[in-house]
Amino acid sequence: MRAYLPAYEMETPRDLAAALSRMAAEPGAWRAFAGGTDLMVLLEAGKLPHRKFLNIWNLAELRGIAASAEHVTLGALTTYAEVQRHEILAREFPLLCRAAAETGSVATQNRGTLGGNIANASPAADSPPAMIVYDAEIEIVSAGGARWVPYASFHTGYKKMNLRAGELIRSIRVARPRSAWKQYFRKVGARRAQAISKICFAAAGCVEAGRIAEVRIALGSVAPTVLRAARTEELLRGQRLESAALLLAAQDALGAEITPIDDMRSTGRYRRNVARNLLAEFLEVLAS
Amino acid sequence: MPVEGARKIPLSCVVNGAAVTCEAYPMARLLDVLREELKLTGTKEGCGEGECGACSIEMDGALVNSCLVPALQAEGATIRTIEGVTCGGSLHAVQQAFITHGGAQCGICTPGMILAAVNLLARYPQPDDAQIRDGLSGNLCRCTGYMKIFESVVAAARDAEIRA
Amino acid sequence: METRVIGKSVPRKEGREKVTGRACYVDDLSFPGMLHGVTVRSPAARGRIRAIHFADGIPWHEITVVTARDIPGKNCIALLIEDQPCLAAEFVNHLEEPVVLLAHHDKYLLEEARRAVRIEIDPLPAIFSIKDSLARKEIIWGQDNIFKSFYVEKGDVERAWAGADFVVEGSYETGAQEQLYIEPQGMIAQVNEAEGVTVWGSLQCPHYIHKALMILFGLPRDRVRVVQTETGGGFGGKEEYPSMIAAHAALLARKAGRPVKIIYDRAEDMVATTKRHPSRTRHRTAVTRDGKLLAMDIDFTVDGGAYETLSPVVLSRGTIHAAGPYACSNVRIGSRAVATNAPPHGAFRGFGAPQSVFALERHLDRVAEAVGIAPEELRRRNFIREGQTLAVGQVVKEKVDMNGLMERAFELSDYYLKRKKFAAENSAARSAIRRGIGFASFLHGAGFTGSGEEYLASEVAMEAMADGTVHILAGSTEMGQGTNTIFAQIAAEALRLDCEQIKIVQPDTAYVPNSGPTVASRTAMIVGKLVETAAVRLLGTLHDSGLLEQGYNASDFTRACGSYIAKCGALKAFVKYEHPHDLHWDDQKYSGDAYGAYAWAVYVAEVSVDTRTAEVRVEDFVAVQEVGKVINPVLAAGQIEGGVAQGIGFALYENVVWQEGRMVNAQLTNYVMPTSVDLPAIRVYFEEVPYGRGPAGAKGIGELPLDGTAPAIANAIAHATGVDVRAIPITAEALLEMLEAVHAG
Repeated sequence: MRAYLPAYEMETPRDLAAALSRMAAEPGAWRAFAGGTDLMVLLEAGKLPHRKFLNIWNLAELRGIAASAEHVTLGALTTYAEVQRHEILAREFPLLCRAAAETGSVATQNRGTLGGNIANASPAADSPPAMIVYDAEIEIVSAGGARWVPYASFHTGYKKMNLRAGELIRSIRVARPRSAWKQYFRKVGARRAQAISKICFAAAGCVEAGRIAEVRIALGSVAPTVLRAARTEELLRGQRLESAALLLAAQDALGAEITPIDDMRSTGRYRRNVARNLLAEFLEVLAS
Repeated sequence: MPVEGARKIPLSCVVNGAAVTCEAYPMARLLDVLREELKLTGTKEGCGEGECGACSIEMDGALVNSCLVPALQAEGATIRTIEGVTCGGSLHAVQQAFITHGGAQCGICTPGMILAAVNLLARYPQPDDAQIRDGLSGNLCRCTGYMKIFESVVAAARDAEIRA
Repeated sequence: METRVIGKSVPRKEGREKVTGRACYVDDLSFPGMLHGVTVRSPAARGRIRAIHFADGIPWHEITVVTARDIPGKNCIALLIEDQPCLAAEFVNHLEEPVVLLAHHDKYLLEEARRAVRIEIDPLPAIFSIKDSLARKEIIWGQDNIFKSFYVEKGDVERAWAGADFVVEGSYETGAQEQLYIEPQGMIAQVNEAEGVTVWGSLQCPHYIHKALMILFGLPRDRVRVVQTETGGGFGGKEEYPSMIAAHAALLARKAGRPVKIIYDRAEDMVATTKRHPSRTRHRTAVTRDGKLLAMDIDFTVDGGAYETLSPVVLSRGTIHAAGPYACSNVRIGSRAVATNAPPHGAFRGFGAPQSVFALERHLDRVAEAVGIAPEELRRRNFIREGQTLAVGQVVKEKVDMNGLMERAFELSDYYLKRKKFAAENSAARSAIRRGIGFASFLHGAGFTGSGEEYLASEVAMEAMADGTVHILAGSTEMGQGTNTIFAQIAAEALRLDCEQIKIVQPDTAYVPNSGPTVASRTAMIVGKLVETAAVRLLGTLHDSGLLEQGYNASDFTRACGSYIAKCGALKAFVKYEHPHDLHWDDQKYSGDAYGAYAWAVYVAEVSVDTRTAEVRVEDFVAVQEVGKVINPVLAAGQIEGGVAQGIGFALYENVVWQEGRMVNAQLTNYVMPTSVDLPAIRVYFEEVPYGRGPAGAKGIGELPLDGTAPAIANAIAHATGVDVRAIPITAEALLEMLEAVHAG
């Protein structure tokens, strides 16, 4: 435990409004602290530069999962455990549930939150690719009001995001799938549980009359942020599925879109080759 | 002196059925509060990064890594540690099973492992092999290869079924 | 022979304490006035210390600071030799080498203080590979970077090449492996006029620490005391390194005049303490077209890191095990342990054998392939039998039936069927998953090599109390493997009592004799035998006194103890190891009777390989071994299961990422060991051929599973994919490239 604890302040605001007004009063001074599964690791390593935190864990305004005909809206403090337990999510958003089940383990899933995961902005996180596939939107609030941001444009660079000082993520909204989509999720890590992904692939699509009518593909750990493989999607859209040339073209397109690096966990070459192979596996799922 | 911004705060929670109060820095690890303030040294540190599960406890019924919970967030919580698994003087079925079936070797992972197993059985009273493995996947054991831990959990579940 | 208690799965002696959280590990202890201690370490791999700077903003007057100048005796951690400094004085030779120690009561302030110390180093060129060390790119140790070398020669290897139908060569590598005991290392020390130096901590070998502290402090035997606290795993990682931490805590305690506790956090433990020696083995094998091994020419090198520590002994075991359980008339083994500027490598379960056995067993599958026979056929035609000699010239005097073990392992794992079935399925390639099954056949010697046990001259004491309890006093430590329980069983069996009546005294050098280190698979076989002998002697004393009749029961025993003690004083027995007269070892020629007994084994691994991701999964694992008498089936199986799990980690998961001599993935997030969802059912089977010199016939088993697991997996992967595995760990990244090459070729 390498942090100098007397230097770290944390307060519990009584409600969301109080939290937002505290953050507005001292711009940039206070950061939100949810389940702590990322921030506490940094603290213990002596690598948490920020010093003042607002404990938002008990803010009821940030909890709860609500479903309408068109959307499911999840409070930012929804934990991975809660995601997996929710009937509608389990039925209609399997990629999000898979991502939740493969993040950490039981104990971290009880404390890790979707909002915290988004704000931590690790390119290796597992739920962001699922959220991209589900056209997620992020609700951001501050003392000045609220705004919605499409998740696909929320991350602007490595650990950079469309979140200003004084702002908090309040909820995440995903669109309920209108037709029968085939969905695919695969996380490749160094082991089966508690692994940071070397590559994470989430995708969904539907086939009509032998052609790919709609497709979404998103990847983690292959770029500075979660990546929507838009060019690969474009190439696939409207094409006949059985074409062998299509697979190769799509794999080449994907290989060109991603920018995987060498790091202590894996290599760019491995990530690129596996991305291609997982795309092939996804297309098999689409064709089945 | 290094920059100081925080002062120790009073902390009240329920630990193993008893109301306790103590003082801690707001971002002190709950693990350290348990071990150093409350002298409950049964919960162990194995990694300080939420990977090994040796620090596993139950907080408001959920299994959590106490090395990742800041003290402030334990305010008002109901906490169970390994010391609270033993009921009075009697061993919990999981504890007895670990002794009988060799689930504990060096014992350092054991308190966290037992908490995880107790928590698992509360959610799945008759877990299958996959559920047991999954439920314990956040608890690393270097000694056993997990085999006798699985056997212990199965035995404890069977024991509970017989008693129910 | 019927036994009452031996052979039963008596519950672990200290089990109740462990499952209730009451077992006391070093970090659970606190002493009045205790300070915390931390270590400031070298930021350079090699160089001269120019200056040590203490930055402003820290209340240094409150902090105890210790450097090499504060060492009263010799600045070294004495082990085989005295080359490793306790604290670097003028030069550093590896990253993370200890330089400055700090103590204060506030552990958070102490971390700030640690960050505020800057060690300024004028760098010197450093070397980090076996290749560079052998090439003498820099001389960093001794005259030639070589800690130790061995040369074993049997028969005439050179003459055999001519008669060979095939000569098969191969080069094999193994990486460093972190012991990863879940309890990080730690010590508490107290130094005062009255008692001298006392340390408590997580450790395997109290008397190693005792000796090291005597030399560091220049104190006589009775002014140093070492006490073992409950130890959360060791696996060799707590064989030598605890002496370093004990020394540091004691130096701080001496200067501060207060007890000092040093506990490493996981990151520090991983970067600074010992790991398994990386290795490189070259094989050149002459074989006939019938698959008879004519000659084995083996070159074996291990990387010892910056100081000698135990490298000569690791090298020794690796060398002796390099040619395996085979009868080959011509064997030559040239081996060496070399220095690099890495933190010193050290003991890890298997101790050199996992390295050389990986190379051998992988190589023999390739030899079989070259000859055109099945790998099991090659083994069958060369397995050693009673009366034949091993590579170092030891005549096998045990009833060994390697073929029997192999057939049993094959039956249990469905080897023959799966070998054919998987090959057919893999060719058809209808799925992205390839499956394979492979095996390794091996042996592991128990006890210290050659004259090692004679040199150790281990001792055990036993005392019976007036209430009938019998205390065992031994320096052997419990760290999960079951020492306490099996010692109790051995004594209980010999005394015809229940295990509850036997107490194991906490290893404390003030009270227990030196039973030798708890390593080398020697605790059951060598020390357990001393326990048995002590019990027999103690019983003899009672019988001879006339106070105890034959056919006694527990109450009779208790009464007799009480009477004896009242009449004659303490009732004790004391035993010292006596080396069997018929075991002869020549240290010069490095030949003779290397070990009193061997365990023999065949392990079979079944794997699946996902060709899309090169992820390997072990689907089934069968471990068959002959180990002499199994004292406690649950504990023994637990040893094999846990060892296999570590071996699976060694083969597939555990990769130390080095950058210029530093381990950069020093977090459990990034250095991965298998979790509960990564491992298959590990199925363990024992055969028992009682060893006359072991207690109740037992041999050693602790290290055995580390030898055969990784090569069995490597051979299975080769079967599944056609990839010629030559190095472990087999990372997915490396395997994917090799799969592409096989696919393309």
